[in-house]
Amino acid sequence: MATTATVHQTKWWSGGKSPFNLEYGKVMMWYFLMSDAFTFGAFLISYGSIRFSQNFWPDPNVVFNAFPGAGHANLPLAFVSVMTFILIISSVTMVLAVHAGHKGDKQGVIKWLFWTIIGGLAFLGCQAWEWHHLITGEHAVLIDGQIDIIGQTTRANPWGDLVSNEAAMAALQKTPHETLVNLAHQSNHAVSHEQLVAMTDQQLIKEIKLDELHIRSKGPVAFGGYFYGITGFHGFHVFSGVIINIIMLMMTQKNVFQNRGHYLMIEKAGLYWHFVDLVWVFVFLCFYLI
Amino acid sequence: MQHPAFEEVTIHHHTIDDAAFKKKVRKTTILLSVITVIELAIGLLIYNIHKGENPSELLVLMFKGMVCILTLAKAYYIVSVFMHLGDEIRNMIMTIVVPLLLFIWFIAAFIWDGNSYKNLRNTYDKHFQETTMPAKHHKEEAKPVEKPTGKE
Repeated sequence: MATTATVHQTKWWSGGKSPFNLEYGKVMMWYFLMSDAFTFGAFLISYGSIRFSQNFWPDPNVVFNAFPGAGHANLPLAFVSVMTFILIISSVTMVLAVHAGHKGDKQGVIKWLFWTIIGGLAFLGCQAWEWHHLITGEHAVLIDGQIDIIGQTTRANPWGDLVSNEAAMAALQKTPHETLVNLAHQSNHAVSHEQLVAMTDQQLIKEIKLDELHIRSKGPVAFGGYFYGITGFHGFHVFSGVIINIIMLMMTQKNVFQNRGHYLMIEKAGLYWHFVDLVWVFVFLCFYLI
Repeated sequence: MQHPAFEEVTIHHHTIDDAAFKKKVRKTTILLSVITVIELAIGLLIYNIHKGENPSELLVLMFKGMVCILTLAKAYYIVSVFMHLGDEIRNMIMTIVVPLLLFIWFIAAFIWDGNSYKNLRNTYDKHFQETTMPAKHHKEEAKPVEKPTGKE
């Protein structure tokens, strides 16, 4: 095909043809993605602006160090790297689905779209686990002179600076009985809950191993809102991408694209899916790496 | 040559053959994976620097800058190869890329503003400074903090 020869002669802006050499739908998808990029950009820049206005920000390696089934093992970045690879691989399968569409290979489109959907669902599952782990986590935090056990929510952040053992000891004296029981239980699983409840506060404080608890002060509250807001907005994009891909899969199976003579709709869905991967690259950078 | 479906599309540009395409996709996938692994390694390196006795702010900042550059490289490959923007004509590439240049000003201005707000609060709101400054900096509290200390 004489592609290169014609490119030089074409006057793109002389009318009668698309100056972008693309069909309407694809140009509009690109413009939508550009505006979406500005939305995500605004969120991430707002996060950066707040982060730079703080004297302290939690170290992501401390916050994101859990792995499903690994208990309390300290595995910084491990789970999020799994999530990142899931998204990269599902992006590759989408490229292959689009390529199969170019060749009019219906079975190829179905096969690769299916794997893309599986990848998207796997990512959403990982994110659900991660959120659940963060929200229901039990972290000993020094708040208002006493120790409290909290998770990561939009109202509280348990990842402040580490508290010295003397300050923690002083705070333990003012900590309510139930919290002491809970802390003692974290330090010593051998003693049953009933036995711990029966102990006095001083006995419980002796049971608590401060070096293992890593008691921290409160971190910046803004962390939770930005983390859940931005990863949630991205997760919503993944979710809608999965829905779009499922619709594309059903339309392919019903020969809609075959009868139309082209699979350009798959290309547009593909653009959206790659954009979701692209945004994750930046979310990964801003929340997990730096 | 006209596109089979759309009159306004005058040139069909996906002319590379199957084998070349597969090779390109494989190469890009490996590249993205390798860059991600390097990013993770740097992330763990930063973690270990933070755990050390005297974390060097400059070193951490340099590694963070490296991760940012690697991320931009990843973004380039995703957009150019996976989204085929690199295969479109120049008009199309420019209409997408040029507006995104606004981000350069956007990022610089807002991060500068956040940093300035921190410095102002540390100077005029001693309560904020005392309650939020990490313990290791407490010794330097005698003199007002004016120098931005980077990201942390």
